[in-house]
Amino acid sequence: MAYLDHAATTPMLPEAVEAMTAHLSITGNASSLHASGRKARRTVEESRETLAEALGARPSEVVFTSGGTEADNLAVKGLYWSRRDADPARTRVLASPVEHHAVLDAVHWLGEHEGATVEYLPVDSYGRVHPEVLREAIARNPDDVALATVMWANNEIGTVLPVRELADVAQEFGVPLHADAVQAFGQVPVDFAASGLAAMTVSGHKIGGPYGIGALLLGREYTPVPVLHGGGQERHVRSGTLDVPAIASFAVAGRLAAEQREWFAHEIGALRDNLVTAVRTAVPDAILGGDPVNRLPANAHFTFPGCEGDSLLLLLDAQGIECSTGSACTAGVAQPSHVLLATGTDPDLARGTLRFSLGHTSTEADVEAVAKAIAPAVERARAAGLT
Amino acid sequence: MTETSQRPRPLRVLAAMSGGVDSAVAAARAAEAGHDVTGVHLALSANPQSFRTGARGCCTIEDSRDARRAADVIGIPFYVWDLADRFREDVVEDFVAEYEAGRTPNPCLRCNEKIKFAALLDKALALGFDAVCTGHYAQVIVNEDGTRALHRASDMAKDQSYVLGVLDERQLAHALFPLGDTVTTKDEIRAEAERRGLAVAKKPDSHDICFIADGDTQGFLAGRLGKAEGDIVDESGTVVGSHEGAYGFTIGQRKGLRIGTPAADGKPRYVLDISPVNNTVTVGPAASLDVSALTAVRPRWCGTAPTGPGTYTAQLRAHGGETEVTAELVDGTLEVTFSEPVRGVAPGQAIVLYDDTRVVGSATIATTVRAATAMA
Repeated sequence: MAYLDHAATTPMLPEAVEAMTAHLSITGNASSLHASGRKARRTVEESRETLAEALGARPSEVVFTSGGTEADNLAVKGLYWSRRDADPARTRVLASPVEHHAVLDAVHWLGEHEGATVEYLPVDSYGRVHPEVLREAIARNPDDVALATVMWANNEIGTVLPVRELADVAQEFGVPLHADAVQAFGQVPVDFAASGLAAMTVSGHKIGGPYGIGALLLGREYTPVPVLHGGGQERHVRSGTLDVPAIASFAVAGRLAAEQREWFAHEIGALRDNLVTAVRTAVPDAILGGDPVNRLPANAHFTFPGCEGDSLLLLLDAQGIECSTGSACTAGVAQPSHVLLATGTDPDLARGTLRFSLGHTSTEADVEAVAKAIAPAVERARAAGLT
Repeated sequence: MTETSQRPRPLRVLAAMSGGVDSAVAAARAAEAGHDVTGVHLALSANPQSFRTGARGCCTIEDSRDARRAADVIGIPFYVWDLADRFREDVVEDFVAEYEAGRTPNPCLRCNEKIKFAALLDKALALGFDAVCTGHYAQVIVNEDGTRALHRASDMAKDQSYVLGVLDERQLAHALFPLGDTVTTKDEIRAEAERRGLAVAKKPDSHDICFIADGDTQGFLAGRLGKAEGDIVDESGTVVGSHEGAYGFTIGQRKGLRIGTPAADGKPRYVLDISPVNNTVTVGPAASLDVSALTAVRPRWCGTAPTGPGTYTAQLRAHGGETEVTAELVDGTLEVTFSEPVRGVAPGQAIVLYDDTRVVGSATIATTVRAATAMA
């Protein structure tokens, strides 16, 4: 079997499994004052420090959440509410149209229910937001912008956005910028302090840690209105008893992701390059999606003209090759990718996409399997056509 | 030297899974028989409705999830295919147009003809599958010359060959009905599902038209066609009542006519005719419903079309009984004469001709000849 869907989730690292299982049998609520509680809290705080170091942040800037989706929601909704509370004029939300649904749908919800005016920033054919585009959008009326949000690297087409430059623009106007770095962490250099971001989302299971744990990196001057109210954990920003085993395991995975990032970019990037070459050789009219240079080293996104991505998925799955169309489903029905549509791709063309995402367990054999299977699969899928 | 194996060649099978118990058991049986089975749920509504308690049909998220759950238990791959556009064009719009024209369509039959064994089958074949498998109760029997014939299910009480009567030989060559040779009660199918660990074992049967979620066909048609008040007349042409749309009636209908004037003989009246041209519904006594002959269009034959007149048994509606007929193809139109008058024959429904248990062909009823008229 060739597992090439690491962007969906990647196998847990043995070290992360070890850390998690070791803590599963230890009792202790990190908010308790007694010895067990203190022991749990020490684990949590050491993990927080580890992650902070891996991400170029201060420990106090790490807010644990249940994962990427919650961190995105907290950043988008929480910062919107707090900024609007401070000044009711701030109701404009700027977002890239290529965001993950965790951001896109949260932003949309603010528009539907909280009086936000949502403005989608135009992207180029690679899915990049240009700093001058952000500047123009903010400068139109800097006083009414609640926040801006862009993703660090796109989960579908792999394009890396110029986050640093965008954050400079936002900072110039005093507008908080959030970035979803779920896919970027472990693949490209991610340094929260150097980025100039107000908030940044990361997730455990995309870097070899467990499911159900993530974090919002949050500048100390920001106090988003909580989405979850309760016991006041995590700077009163995210209540809920801390998941000590998951946090400990996430920290181990985060440390390794940072330590091995260069190895990953080099080795897995080379493997990815082989895969791209193999696919293009087998199917010459396959279109590589996203930025050819500034892209995630593990991402290979293709559009196959005249094919239904779903058909390709079925045919490759039948041969043990697991990948994704990259786009979201509604009731199991693949929808044309909002990312591709935003980049100006023809809607019919946008239906024929496949995303191969590699990871730490990927091998040359995986690439060979794709190289062998892709041309016949595309031929078949073309015969089946677009329904 | 040729060698024939008793064991059928394993096929690459695409199992259409509605989320109901029959199609789940059918897929499980196909897999157990050694076929390489992939499950597919057809998304037929552009806007899948959210959860409805006891939801049935093909259009709900719950049905899709039930189908997925069954596929996971059987251990087969599962996909959802969006055939909503084709379904709307070929089934829903056809349904509305037929009612608008005063006929009574059968959308399940149309779905089998145009969706399951056309759009779905074509895509399946192109993708390298050998057959489409469904949970219908009917049998495909391979003749000695290798051709295929569709037969009624072993259990006549559950037979669904009527809604498959539109399939031609090519379609049958790629059809698999693993439930067709089962002589068993529905309870036993449910027990089999239970035994196989399929959670749909206790799910209620489907009865409704899948794209009319609340079962209110009249409300659905009114929404699509609007109100159009018109007269209800008796056989002499005397106005006896009014209606809000001729499409709301079916030949043979007795209830809901709301006629103020009682019939001269005091007997109940039935819908005899629906005339969309002048928006008139004609009612009359039960005896006037008797039909002695009909013509039917768009004939489809399973195998070669018969030449000359033939004697068959015919079925005129789903779950309807059998009736003796002679039928002949004249200039592309099927002319059918009943040996005994039959009641409640609605244009738009299919007539399926059988030779014993074998489906010979089908056609869509276009006109009927009243027994009373014929005798006059």
